[in-house]
Amino acid sequence: MPVLARRIEAAGIPTCVVTMMPQTASSLLTPRVVGVEFPFGHPFGRPGDRFVQRTVLTTALRVLAGAEQPQTRVDIDIEWPEPRGQAYKAWQPSEPSPIVAAMLNPKG
Amino acid sequence: MRVDSFRFLPRSFVPLYENVTPLEGEQDVVWAPFEPRLAGATIALLSSAGLSVAGEQEPFDLDRERGEPGWGDPTHRVIPSALGERALAMSHLHVNNDDTLADRNVSLPLDVLNELAAEGVVGASTRSHYSVMGYQQAGLGTWRTQTAPAIVDLLRDGGADGVILAPV
Repeated sequence: MPVLARRIEAAGIPTCVVTMMPQTASSLLTPRVVGVEFPFGHPFGRPGDRFVQRTVLTTALRVLAGAEQPQTRVDIDIEWPEPRGQAYKAWQPSEPSPIVAAMLNPKG
Repeated sequence: MRVDSFRFLPRSFVPLYENVTPLEGEQDVVWAPFEPRLAGATIALLSSAGLSVAGEQEPFDLDRERGEPGWGDPTHRVIPSALGERALAMSHLHVNNDDTLADRNVSLPLDVLNELAAEGVVGASTRSHYSVMGYQQAGLGTWRTQTAPAIVDLLRDGGADGVILAPV
């Protein structure tokens, strides 16, 4: 996604990336980054949690409109409400992705 | 408070991400100033969740990815902001899809953006939003040469003053 953000930004359209991995996004010179400490697959929070969804989107909009320099990063201080182990397990697909399966079993 | 970027990442993957450096050809700083007032701005969304309009659009190609694990479908889909009750399909083999299928705003907050536009927080939502499928190790070249320019053209045609992007 940093690649797309950078291409869009270079074409003159401002961008802001909401991501679970803000350190990586910033390292890839993403112009504006909003970090969330949420499990993968949930950049705007949990289903039905409109308060958190609005908080994340409005923060991203403020950063989009208000950041004054490249590589701006703002992290959102919201703790995921489920225990880490439970959330870690829940975000993963029911079976390993093809690339992970290939890594686990390189001889196929 | 600093977000821990690796809190939910498998430990064996952390070394792949913790010391990344800018990609070749991506070392320059890019910056487009945001000029309008937010309350007058038209905003677009771009998700990497592999979303398509169920029953209307071709889903992303997961069969080929299953056969070629290093490949990911590099195409994009145009999602109407006035989606109403129509459902989105999600094609992504790297995360559990259930929560986005239960509430699209988890990955593509188009209903939230419509609310913010109605309240005057932003001027408007673009008429369309966009989705790609975020697993792109082999497809980055196509993203650069085809997908990104196509999305830029769509954003310009739609009058987007800014874009919120969200990888899953």
